[in-house]
Amino acid sequence: MTVIYVVLPLALIFAGGALWAFIWSVKRGQFDDLSTPPLRMLHDDDK
Amino acid sequence: MTMAAVTTTRERIACTHCGLPVPRGLVEEGAAEQFCCNGCKTAFAVIHQCKLDRYYEFRERDFAAGTAQLQPAKITGKSYREFDDPTFLALHAPVMADGLRQADFYLEGAHCASCVWLVEKLPMMIAGVTESRLDLGKALVRVRFADGVALSQIARTLDNLGYAPHPARSSTARQVRQRDERRQMIRIGVAGACMGNVMLLGAALYAGLWASMDEVHVQLFRWLSMALGVLAVVWPGAVFFRGAWAAVRTRTPHLDVPIALALGAGTVAGFVNTLFNTGEIYFDSITTLVFMLLVGRFLQARQQATADDAIELLYSLTPISARRVVGEKVDDVPIASLNKGDVVEVRAGESVPVDGEIVRGETTLDESLLSGESRPKRATVEAIVCAGTTNLSSTIRVQVLATGEETRVGKLMRLVTECARKKAPIVLFADKLAGYFLVAVLSIAAAVLAFWLSRGDHNAVDYAVAVLIIACPCALGLATPLAVTVAIGRAARQGILIKGGETLERLSKPGMIYLDKTGTLTTGRTELVRFDGDRSLLPLIAALEAHSTHVIAQAFAAAGRSEERFEVQHVQQDARGGITGRVNGRAVVVGSPAFVATHTGVHADVQAILNDSLTPVVVAIDGQVMATAGFGHALRPDAGQALARLRERGWTIGVLSGDHPEIVARVANELGIDAAQVHGGLLPEQKLAIVERDMKSRPVVMVGDGVNDAAALAAATVGIAVQGGAEASLAAANIYLNKPGLAGIADVVDASGKTLAVIRRSLAASIAYNCITVSLAATGLITPLIAAIFMPISSITMLTLAMSARTFVKARAS
Repeated sequence: MTVIYVVLPLALIFAGGALWAFIWSVKRGQFDDLSTPPLRMLHDDDK
Repeated sequence: MTMAAVTTTRERIACTHCGLPVPRGLVEEGAAEQFCCNGCKTAFAVIHQCKLDRYYEFRERDFAAGTAQLQPAKITGKSYREFDDPTFLALHAPVMADGLRQADFYLEGAHCASCVWLVEKLPMMIAGVTESRLDLGKALVRVRFADGVALSQIARTLDNLGYAPHPARSSTARQVRQRDERRQMIRIGVAGACMGNVMLLGAALYAGLWASMDEVHVQLFRWLSMALGVLAVVWPGAVFFRGAWAAVRTRTPHLDVPIALALGAGTVAGFVNTLFNTGEIYFDSITTLVFMLLVGRFLQARQQATADDAIELLYSLTPISARRVVGEKVDDVPIASLNKGDVVEVRAGESVPVDGEIVRGETTLDESLLSGESRPKRATVEAIVCAGTTNLSSTIRVQVLATGEETRVGKLMRLVTECARKKAPIVLFADKLAGYFLVAVLSIAAAVLAFWLSRGDHNAVDYAVAVLIIACPCALGLATPLAVTVAIGRAARQGILIKGGETLERLSKPGMIYLDKTGTLTTGRTELVRFDGDRSLLPLIAALEAHSTHVIAQAFAAAGRSEERFEVQHVQQDARGGITGRVNGRAVVVGSPAFVATHTGVHADVQAILNDSLTPVVVAIDGQVMATAGFGHALRPDAGQALARLRERGWTIGVLSGDHPEIVARVANELGIDAAQVHGGLLPEQKLAIVERDMKSRPVVMVGDGVNDAAALAAATVGIAVQGGAEASLAAANIYLNKPGLAGIADVVDASGKTLAVIRRSLAASIAYNCITVSLAATGLITPLIAAIFMPISSITMLTLAMSARTFVKARAS
């Protein structure tokens, strides 16, 4: 069960990384407008 | 005969741009493109010229999906020259760090995916524009362009596409809100991450209760849970402690106090228990608590922001430019750059931008928004005009005496800010309950501690802490935000914009409701209210009146509009108050009783009309008086029904109006309002005084539309502004009805009662849960596992109760 000493910190590091990514994207304004981007993607096929 | 054949053989022709049917007269034979109006034609030309015809493909798809609406391109055709003024540019299109200018506009008529595509193709239409991003939810477009590109050209292009642009105001307020929203989101993210991980650790620990688990592993899991739990409490959870501290300092009950107590007690106990490896840790419940409560608050804030955006859009619709006259040149400039002594031109239909003196021209002014006066006033050279009045009939030039804050409107607005600041905050129902709750929980915890200590149980402290944590009003904290979120969201969809969640609670107890007359009880437009004579003559009279721009003539023309064609000749308007002409060969005279008497020699009897406080007009045909008519503001068609609904719910109804007392009395009488509660001829300050006087004894709701109502709206328990009102009333009110009619008032009152019922139901459910869990905790039977199971169940119950509430639903059905 010593593997737990490796796996657990690893899991927490992953979680921390995901949290950091979330905070980064919030600060970049990725979540400011949730209604327009899904519409925008419909039209990105031109050119 | 041939005409009829052509129109019947043709199928309905759809407009190439908007898809609506093209009126018969506008169909161009043989043309590939057909347009229903000039606006659509212009928009199509712009789109076609820039080779953006794919727009129509996309739009077909949106029509098929049902997301796009059929609506013709509404093009204002304005020059937007004032946008190129240096002061305007500095204010609304500042140069950013990368050397580009950036301007934010609210767009009218942007509603679907195709609109997004088209607006974002702006760089392809104008050289020098680098980016255009549309936020459809807010109807806000951000345009970035090289310095040197005329902002007016960008505005004109947007306008020509059918999206009239309005510069977005107060970007600082929007920035503050955005920063707030982001901070809230980060808090939720952190709380969520902590919660998820503590839950996993918790699951392992609970599993270890049955299966065997190494003591070292148990220790590791407990320490990690503690680290994450403490992180969740000191970072995202800090808001609750700050809220609780503020509540304690100001000695107002607030839900944050019991929440902070539970969080604090749980964290300290968990910390100590981890450290000394004694007793239970509750970090899974604590992190869940923080996360759930933050989500509830965030949902409410988001919903509120949507309503705020709609209001912001309405704000930006008010004009910001004036026509300054320099020499013989007339130029569009921002109102902010006008100075005392400048001369501005105000055309018919525009609102006067400044306080000033007329230096040229003669006109009629509608002062109803400013004073409540319903009859248009004649004004000529040397007359003083006020900002906020509407010029009805012809172009005038006004020398500026005061602008902005110095105007009458500006001074009233200061009064509004003052009233809004003085408005006493209300203690929300849930917060009120929190006070009792706190006392109850603390005494139970103390009793539990005393009981187990007297029994010599070494777990006494643990049991008391369990009571504190388990009794944390998580559900209590969720009930109000969820119920309010649902109500505000549903209201917005029905055109009722509610500022501030506590507004609904303010409305829950019936009291006094005061309504303004002009523009609120009545439509605010001069209309034909009474016609004594042969109504079949109306189209004939209307045909003559259509030749005049006078307010009454136009109301007459509107009342008698018909498909019939009349031959109108020899039209003569007379400054003494009338018009003459020949219609289908008959000599028609329409005008004031005195004017018509000079033509017929007979004074028509208009006493009945005067008794109704209407403006009398006499019609003579071929020298004979044929009819008399009364003009005034007609009642809103749904006024009677809305007032009846309010009365049914126990509200007392009164009228506060700036109009002449006898006119007010007539309207009030027609609606069956008790004469004791009807006040006419009031100044804005007097309206305010009456509202403040009545608020001492009961809740007062003020409903109004004008600048003259604004102070009273701001001071009242709840202020409701009706559609078509002045900007000032919009700023002062708590609720804005973005749909015609008064039915919205009754709807909102109903919804408020229902929302509060939902909150009460939720609170009752949550307290029932608490009674069970607290008694378990007090007897020492609760374990962290049971707590972890109870918590989400109670939260889900709250959610179900809030979502299933029928707030605003029945209102629509009726």
